[in-house]
Amino acid sequence: MASDIALSQAAAAETKRRRNYARHYAWFVVPAAVVVMAVIIFPWVFTLYVSAFNWHLGGEREWVGFGNYVQLFTDSRFGWAVARTLFYTGLAVVLPMIFGLAAALAFHRKFPLRGLARTVFILPMMATPVAVALVWTMMFHPQLGVLNWLLSQVGLPPSLWVYSAETVIPTLVLVEVWHWTPLVMLLILGGLASLPTDPYEAAKIDGANAWQAFRHITMPLLAPFVVVALIIRTIDALKAFDTIYVITQGGPGQASETINIFLYLQAFAFYNVGYASAVVVVFFAIIMLLAALLLWTRQRVKAT
Amino acid sequence: MTRGISRRQALAAGSALLAAPAIVEQANAQSAFDWKRFRGERIEVTVQLSPRGQLLQRGNQEFEELTGIRCGIEVVPEQQHRQKIIVEYASGRPSFDVAELSLHVNKRQVGKARWNTDIRPLIQDANLTSPDFDFADFGAGMVQYATQSDGRMDSLPAFADYFVLYYNKDLLAARNVPVPTTWDEMYEAAKRLADPGRQITGHVGRGLKNANMVLWSSYLLGTNQRDMIDGNRQLITDTPDAIWAGEMYKKFLRDVSPPGSIGFNWNECQTTFMQGRAAMWVDGIGFAAPLEDRARSRVAGKVGYALVPKGPGANHHCALFGAGYGIPEASRKKGPAWYWIQWALNKQNQLRFLTTGAGVPARSSPFSNEEAIASSTFPREFFQTLSASARIARAGLPEIVPVTQFRDVLGTALTNTISGADVATELRRATAEFRPVLEQSERES
Repeated sequence: MASDIALSQAAAAETKRRRNYARHYAWFVVPAAVVVMAVIIFPWVFTLYVSAFNWHLGGEREWVGFGNYVQLFTDSRFGWAVARTLFYTGLAVVLPMIFGLAAALAFHRKFPLRGLARTVFILPMMATPVAVALVWTMMFHPQLGVLNWLLSQVGLPPSLWVYSAETVIPTLVLVEVWHWTPLVMLLILGGLASLPTDPYEAAKIDGANAWQAFRHITMPLLAPFVVVALIIRTIDALKAFDTIYVITQGGPGQASETINIFLYLQAFAFYNVGYASAVVVVFFAIIMLLAALLLWTRQRVKAT
Repeated sequence: MTRGISRRQALAAGSALLAAPAIVEQANAQSAFDWKRFRGERIEVTVQLSPRGQLLQRGNQEFEELTGIRCGIEVVPEQQHRQKIIVEYASGRPSFDVAELSLHVNKRQVGKARWNTDIRPLIQDANLTSPDFDFADFGAGMVQYATQSDGRMDSLPAFADYFVLYYNKDLLAARNVPVPTTWDEMYEAAKRLADPGRQITGHVGRGLKNANMVLWSSYLLGTNQRDMIDGNRQLITDTPDAIWAGEMYKKFLRDVSPPGSIGFNWNECQTTFMQGRAAMWVDGIGFAAPLEDRARSRVAGKVGYALVPKGPGANHHCALFGAGYGIPEASRKKGPAWYWIQWALNKQNQLRFLTTGAGVPARSSPFSNEEAIASSTFPREFFQTLSASARIARAGLPEIVPVTQFRDVLGTALTNTISGADVATELRRATAEFRPVLEQSERES
C-alpha cells in the first residue's frame, strides 16, 4: 500500500517535471514556428485569399468567390494540361524506376572498376537542370543537332524530337530519364546494400534459382526502398518545370503545356494572379492526394 | 634663325578663330548645366539583354565620371525582364530607378497603372535637362509611339526595331534569283532556292507560338486591313485579310522552311541563317549585328538587306517594335534617374547604336552623320534599308494591355496551321477565345 502511494507520488513528480520542462523549453520552438508561419502558412492563406479575386497585376481587384475554380473546371486548356501532366508523370516515373532498378542490381554485383562505373552513371544527376535543358535543346535541333546526325550514321531517318506535337512529350521524358535514373539507382542501391544475406543462403540451400531469389526475397525486402524512390520521383515529375520551359516553353502550340507551364503563363505572362492562385490550390490538392496515396501504399508495404 | 608662320599654321589658326564662337557657346552651355548636381547618389537601372543594353553597360563608367552618380546596371534576358519589371512595379516598391520598357508589350499596361512618371516636366526643367539634350531630335513617330493615349509620355523612346528581309546573296546569285518585292514572289523564290541535298531551305521564320505573331503581322500589314483591332478597339483577326495573312504564314512555314520550324523562335532562325542553311529570313533589324559577326557567322559579308515584301493591298508597311526608358513613380531618385536617361540616349550613344548595328536609334541626327555611317563596318545597303523601313513602319502588335495573352492565343492557332490545321477555323476559334479577354480589359481601362 505504502509502496503504491510512493509510486503514485513519484509519477506525479515526473509528470510535473515534464510539464516544467515543456514550459521552460517551449520558447525554443518559436523561431521554427515563425519561419513556418512566414514561409508556408502565410503564403498558403494568402494564395487562397487571392484565388477568390479576379485580379490582373496593375488592374482592379474584383471579388469572385469560387468563380476562378468554376472557370478552371470548365477551361479545356487546363483540362488538357492536367492530362498532359499525368501522361508525362506516368512515363517520367515508370521508366526511371525500371532503368534505375536494373542499374542498381547491376551495380550491386562486384566487377572490375565498379566504383568508376557508378561515378560515371550518376554524373547526369549532378548537372543543373537548366544547363542540361539547353544542351539537349541544341542536340534536338532537326538540322544542326547531333542526334539526327547520329541517327543518319546508323541509317535511321531523322526525327523532329521536340519540334513535333506527336513526339514532344516522349522526347522530354527522354531527358528526364537520362537526368534522374541515377537518383533512383542510388536509392535502390542503398536498399540492396542493407539487405541481410541469411535468406539468400537459406534459399540457396533450398535450391532456389536466381530469379526465385529475386522474386521472393529481394523484391519484398526492397519494396520499402522502391516505394520511397517512387514517391520522390512522382513528386519530382509532377513539379517538372525548368526542363520543359527551357526546351519547349510548352510548345509546339500547347503540346507540352503541363500544369506548371499553364500556371506560369497565367501568373507571369498574362499576370492573371487570381486565376493562377486557383490553379496553385488545385495543383496542390492533386499533389497531396497522390502523395497520400503513395504514403498509404508504403505503410501497407511495410506492414506486410 | 627664326621661322615665320607657315601657311598651314595660319590656316589652322584661322579655322580655330572661326570655330571659336561655336566652341565657346557649347562650352558655356555645358558649364551652365550642372552634371554633378547629384554627385554621390546611387541609382539602379534595369535593361534588357541586347547589344544596346550591353553597350550601355560597357559605357557605365563614362556616365559615372560625368555625373559622379554611382549606377548599378542590371541586364536581364528580354522575356524575363518584361516579367520582372511588371512584378516589381506591381509590388509598389520597384528596386530600380530606370527601367527599359518594351513599348509593343508593356506600354499600355504600364500606362494604365500609371507606374511610370511623366517625363515631359523633366524635359522642360532647365535645371534638370542639359541644353544638349535636344528633344526635337527624337523622331516624331517614335515620340508618338512612346506617348500614352492620355498624352502622358512615361518613357523616352530609345530605339526602334523594324522588320526587314535578310537574304543570303550567294544563294540568290547561285540560282539567279532576284530579290523579291512581293510575298508571292518571295514564296516562289524560296521554292527555287531550296537545296534539300545540302539541307538548305529557301526560307526560315518563327514558328513558336507567341513569337510567331510578329511574322504573321508582317503579312497582315501588306493587306488593306493592316491592323488587328479596329477603330472601336474590336478584334479583327478572323477577317478575309487576316485569313489571307494566315494562309501566307502557313505556306511559308510548312512548305519552304526547315523541318521543326514549328518550334523555332528568333534564335533558332538566326542560327539557321547564320550557318547558311536558309536563303531568306524576315525578322528584326537588330539581328544584323550577329549576322555580320565574322567570328560567329558563316554568312558575314554575304548578307543582303531589303524592305519586307509587299502584300496584295494598297499598303506597304514593315512591322515596328520599340523600347523606351522610364522612371518609376515610386523612385525616390527621379533626378539622377533622368540624368542617366539623358546620358544613355544622348546623340553619341544613339550614333553608337546605329553604327554598331545594335539597333535603330530614336533620334534623327545619327542618320545624317554621313562620316560615321561611311566608317561603319555595315554595308551601305543596311543603312538604306533602315532609312526606307523608317518611312513605312507601322506598329506590329496592337496596343492593348493583354498583348502577351493575345500573342499566346493567336500564336497557338498559327502554330497549329503548320501542322496542317485549317487557317480560317483556327483563327476564328482563337479570335472567339480572346475576344472576351480583350473586352474585359478594355472595360477596365
